[in-house]
Amino acid sequence: MENSLDPAASLLEVRGISKSFGAVRALQEVDFTLRAGEIHALLGENGAGKSTLIKVVTGVFPRDAGIVRLGGEEVAPRSAKAALQAGIATVYQEVNLLPNLSVAQNLFLDRQPMRFGIVREGEMRRRAKTLLADFGLDIDVSAPLGNYSVAIQHVTAIARAVDLSARVLILDEPTASLDRHEVEILFRIMRQLAKRGIGIVFVSHFLDQVYEISDRITVLRNGRLVDERETASLSRLELIRMMLGRELAETTSARASAGAQTTREVCASFEGYGKAGYVAPFNLELRHGEVVGLAGLLGSGRTETARLVFGAERADRGQARVEGAPVRLQSPRDGVRHGFGYCPEERKTDGIVAELTVRENIVLALQAKRGLHRPLSRREQDEIASRYVKMLDIRPPDPERPVGLLSGGNQQKVLLARWLATSPRLLVLDEPTRGIDVGAHAEIIRLIRELCDDGLALLVISSELDEIVTYSDRVVVLRDRAHVEELAGEAIDVGSILAAIAADGASVAHEGRA
Amino acid sequence: MTGLLPRRGLAQILALIVILAVDRVVSPQFFDLRLQDGRLFGSLVDVLNRGTPVALLSLGMVLVIATRGIDLSVGAVMAISGAIAASLADTHSLAVVLAAALGAGLICGLWNGFLVAVLGMQPIVATLILMVAGRGVAQLITEGRIVTFSSPDLVWLGNGSILGLPVPVAIALGMLILTGAVVRGSALGLLIEATGGNARASELAGVGTRAMILAVYVWCGVCAALAGVIAAADIMGADANNAGLWLELDAILAVVIGGTSLFGGRFSLVLAVLGALIIQTMNTGILLSGYPPEFNLLVKAVVVLAVLLLQSPKLSGFAGVVTRLRGTKA
Repeated sequence: MENSLDPAASLLEVRGISKSFGAVRALQEVDFTLRAGEIHALLGENGAGKSTLIKVVTGVFPRDAGIVRLGGEEVAPRSAKAALQAGIATVYQEVNLLPNLSVAQNLFLDRQPMRFGIVREGEMRRRAKTLLADFGLDIDVSAPLGNYSVAIQHVTAIARAVDLSARVLILDEPTASLDRHEVEILFRIMRQLAKRGIGIVFVSHFLDQVYEISDRITVLRNGRLVDERETASLSRLELIRMMLGRELAETTSARASAGAQTTREVCASFEGYGKAGYVAPFNLELRHGEVVGLAGLLGSGRTETARLVFGAERADRGQARVEGAPVRLQSPRDGVRHGFGYCPEERKTDGIVAELTVRENIVLALQAKRGLHRPLSRREQDEIASRYVKMLDIRPPDPERPVGLLSGGNQQKVLLARWLATSPRLLVLDEPTRGIDVGAHAEIIRLIRELCDDGLALLVISSELDEIVTYSDRVVVLRDRAHVEELAGEAIDVGSILAAIAADGASVAHEGRA
Repeated sequence: MTGLLPRRGLAQILALIVILAVDRVVSPQFFDLRLQDGRLFGSLVDVLNRGTPVALLSLGMVLVIATRGIDLSVGAVMAISGAIAASLADTHSLAVVLAAALGAGLICGLWNGFLVAVLGMQPIVATLILMVAGRGVAQLITEGRIVTFSSPDLVWLGNGSILGLPVPVAIALGMLILTGAVVRGSALGLLIEATGGNARASELAGVGTRAMILAVYVWCGVCAALAGVIAAADIMGADANNAGLWLELDAILAVVIGGTSLFGGRFSLVLAVLGALIIQTMNTGILLSGYPPEFNLLVKAVVVLAVLLLQSPKLSGFAGVVTRLRGTKA
């Protein structure tokens, strides 16, 4: 332990970290170990707890329990700045530097070389030049940082962090906005730094890159540690299983026997539907009384598909039909007019209007659909609200409570109620069970089935594969922003979905992005 | 349903009562009313009459602010409509004068709404444009002079009386009722509050948020134009340099005193108008007290601070609610 250059020594040890936000347990007794000189990938789906872990370790959030040791000594930074001084630097996807200042000023912000109270510009530029040369960059350091590409901004941020004597470097989705060539530059620098004994935490949802660069992998799911493995001995299938699966009792579709799907009436269909740079053209038929599940990893194009189907995003090719008649879906209003409903993944920012009451949130879509001149009377509103509060068991059962004060599960029910009140023909649900406690979770799944039995068409996105398997009549699997497989009836099980997600040839992730 | 009936207006009503009481102390005749030539006179009537322009402005402003916007141009719009009204008054009928002046306000509102709702400009910047340019337009209309008129119809609008009430007060009351009826009688109120509370979510729920935003700026422009006509009628002339000068700030203040958050969402028309009256009651009181008017601004600032503190959640037992809200937000 004394010799910090020993490659097997743990540089950063995180033990038993827990963190709750209100009733939501974001992290539960998570352990994480980073060795000196290694590149360690931290993986997990949305809401797994990656960002929370990083923020707790770097002191952005106070932790509820657990300890962090850096080089054997316990540290408890209270702010990102304190963490930086202790030797833990973080570079976020959105670079936290000042684009209007020069590259050199950014590198030496807060610690400019001074003489007689005056910044020594020349000295600063010289030192910036040398510093960046280490990273293989030869650029004009007196130009504003904003003039350079995101990749160079990233490298600048990393150079600054490393120069501040960082021993641990945390890179949060550093490659998300880089093209292939820039990713290579970044990876070269990461390897160089690792050789110097710096421990690097790499957060990414691009599995190809994870396999290319990382030595070890830690997977989180629902705020818990799943496992820590050597990258070389972990198959892609196993990794995806760790990220997505739960107990993985090979559940098969409970609905498989529900009858021949082809006899059901088509509710909405999409032919060659897609948008350049958003989601590749797809064919999709949604039928009355049928649940279609969308499965895939984070960033695979699930939410994008949902938004296109609903009309929240405009397609630039293909034809949509509702009950056989061609329609144009240019805006959410169009979707609502055609009897579609959409419960987005981000409930707080895209779903509820926190300040308004449960009643107002429930009647919102119906009122928007009816138009301004046909207001729902207070009596009608009360009636609708109390009907759905009862039907969905929304708690507390007070329609006049601001919806922001409800728990996540109840907010989700309010959103469901909002759409059910419009008597929709198609409901699109994006991660309807995310961040919801176990009880409400089961209820929502039961609701999905009931709605379906009532003849509604449903398109449901979920990261929980066994959940998808339970309620889906068909499952569409997405990879790299394209629909790659459609499973139906008996063929739906967790194993086959995983196989479709993990199928190789996933290396096109970066082509065409820039 | 926090629209017409002030449910949470306790702080405002309390403040108004306190200020009225202080006014009574500095000016013992404050509550005296007398009827003369079929018209009521007295300090109270004066407060209502003088408060009319800001009350009208606040009717439009409160809707704009409810959508999370702001309209800095209302003072300039007052100058434009006043200039138009004054220029046309002696040659055209009252109907034409009003149509032209209010039409100008409508166009100004459309312009602001276009910049904010369609081009997506920040409201404070978008309306700053018209705040600056509008006064220039008004000066062009009056050709840099103070235009006076003597049309009895327009003069009546500023100085006449209906059923004992000054005409401006009757107009403001009528506008309050009209706005309330339109906003709360249709679904507009709910959709505006939803748009201001969370525009993204409202858009996804099928609310035409752009149309909402456009509509509130148009209404704000019309209200400002009406205030401009009344201000011009009151002094029987239009002064492009000074008409409505800084009144946008009083209007914003009135809305804030009325408890509508600058972050949008819930609003109350009645409380915004009450806010305007609080401001005017203060102004009149200070004038009557004989203190030099320099004190006006300072006293105003202190009273505003007091009202805002009075309705701050921490001081009125809402602390628990807010903490819980924050907890779920984190």
